[in-house]
Amino acid sequence: MSPPDMKSGLLVTPAVAWLVIFMLAPCLLVLSYAFLERGTWGGVEYTLTLENIARAFDPLYARVFLTSARIAALATLFAVLLAYPAAYAIARAPRRWQPVLLFFAVLPFWSNYLIRTYAWIVLLNREGLVNNLLKALGYRGEPLSMLYSEPAVILGLVYNYLPFVILAIYSALSRLNPELIEASHDLGGGALRTFWRVTLPLSLPGVAAGGVFVFVLSIGNFVTPALLGGGRFQMIGNLVYDQFLAANDWPFGAALGMVLIAIMTALLLVQARLAARAGGDTARPA
Amino acid sequence: MNAHVGKAVSRGAAALFGLVLGIGTASAADLVISNWDGYMPKDIAEKFKAATGLEIEVVNHATNEEIMGKLMASGGKGYDVVFVSSPFAEVLNNQKLLAPLDKAAIPNLANLYPQAAALAYDPGNSFSVPYSWGTTGLCYRSDLISPAPTSWWDLLKPSDAVKGKTTMLATDRWLMAAGLLANGYSVNATDPAQIKTATDTLIAAKKTLLAYDDTTFYSKLVSGEAVLVHAWDGWCNYGITENAAIKFVVPKEGSDVFVDTIVVLKSSEHKDAAMKFLNYILDAKNHAWVAENILYKVPNKPAMESLDKALFEKYPNLAMTPDELLKNELLRDLGPAQKLYSRAVSEIKAAN
Repeated sequence: MSPPDMKSGLLVTPAVAWLVIFMLAPCLLVLSYAFLERGTWGGVEYTLTLENIARAFDPLYARVFLTSARIAALATLFAVLLAYPAAYAIARAPRRWQPVLLFFAVLPFWSNYLIRTYAWIVLLNREGLVNNLLKALGYRGEPLSMLYSEPAVILGLVYNYLPFVILAIYSALSRLNPELIEASHDLGGGALRTFWRVTLPLSLPGVAAGGVFVFVLSIGNFVTPALLGGGRFQMIGNLVYDQFLAANDWPFGAALGMVLIAIMTALLLVQARLAARAGGDTARPA
Repeated sequence: MNAHVGKAVSRGAAALFGLVLGIGTASAADLVISNWDGYMPKDIAEKFKAATGLEIEVVNHATNEEIMGKLMASGGKGYDVVFVSSPFAEVLNNQKLLAPLDKAAIPNLANLYPQAAALAYDPGNSFSVPYSWGTTGLCYRSDLISPAPTSWWDLLKPSDAVKGKTTMLATDRWLMAAGLLANGYSVNATDPAQIKTATDTLIAAKKTLLAYDDTTFYSKLVSGEAVLVHAWDGWCNYGITENAAIKFVVPKEGSDVFVDTIVVLKSSEHKDAAMKFLNYILDAKNHAWVAENILYKVPNKPAMESLDKALFEKYPNLAMTPDELLKNELLRDLGPAQKLYSRAVSEIKAAN
């Protein structure tokens, strides 16, 4: 890329201004709050302290970070496992069908996130559709307790973020040069071997992009655990939300938020590094 | 530029700024009122307008803590009238955010039960009007749970048959009250050791819960997902409406008395209209209509006396007299100990 001249400098100004005003300034504000003392009913008292940061690493709250990371990692794993075959099938479908199939993949986004999540409550609760269906089919035991559990939270996250992963992997697969696959076949590689040695490695940047997307959105999510976890399974997002809106402890909420941002930034940097190394020039992540 | 225009411009700029930041409510209404969702009859705006010609705009808050955070951050600006539970009204008054009530403009204060005009947090109603009052207890499906619950421990250490079918309120004061009362402490305890014991009790109880639920517990009871829930008496009535097998009991260890109050912000520019609203609510007919619609007891003597007796049979907790209710312990502002409570609740919610 050529060095930015006057014109591109002007063009980039609104975006930079946007980022500074709505991204950098609030982040700095949050960062500064993390080092102040709480007011009883919200707000801060201007006394410097490291207590909030230290408290974020208290085993009690550190475990919430770990729980969140575990839930986000499992959601990522299942989302990738489900999305890869779907993306592969779409990428291999006749070209004119691909937009239609992609349309169906992202169709859930046309309804509201909350409504989609509430739908799972209707499906999964003890007196819900799934249990009633089982009853109609002759099941006579205690209704299954599926809702308000960690698996329910993971299910909700996978369901909501799956389309992102399908899109990311599809975009990597669809840009894959078919000649490379032909070359592998010509050189005697079977279908499986070609997939393992050619297709999969070349699609990894898409997998990584989609995976990081799910992970980052999941680890900070608070709506899904609140609704599908019944408030018993707290993720870091819930903890931050509660500090601001229930406990009125802004500095501790800010400290937790900063730790979360640090974790996410580190992950995105690792992903960018991996993508650059794996993809080289031929396939940049979407 | 003359002074008026200057003021209008700066006000316009302030409104625009508020709009941009998503704070403040630049509203055409005469009164901006914040209340819990569903805590006023839905047609109140029309009825109030018909009676006084004044427009009200109702905004909702989910919890006391939420509206407290907002009011403290803005110094009360953006709201004229707010509904909060009594300990929070007490805090707002201590913070000098509330306007004194203009009693001459609220002749209907005379309708309050004498007990309701002498509540310890605001004797004489100098800054708050009690809107409804009640207590917190156990709301349960009498057809699905036996024996009937009588103690906080029936909720906190449920029998195997009930385990996984209970919910608890998750807001600071009421969650903590359950743990404190079960251990024989005051709902206003400030001793860190007592708070610690209650916290441990509540962490242990967490494993037996279906969910924490402050808003839909009664529908979980109706569907049968839950059989025993921690509930405000009035909200238990919403379940009773749908299923007569639902009952409410105050545990034998006692419970709290909450008074949900209406307060007027000192920063309000519509204090006269606000006083009219308070007087309107306290009118015996209007306050009775509140009780009939939201099914909470109201501290208004002629209003309660005018209620159809069938209502008391269907919802026995509505028939509780002021003296019976006030045998329980009034929730008070905790002062600095509030931080201990919010911290304890954070710990309970984070524990697993």
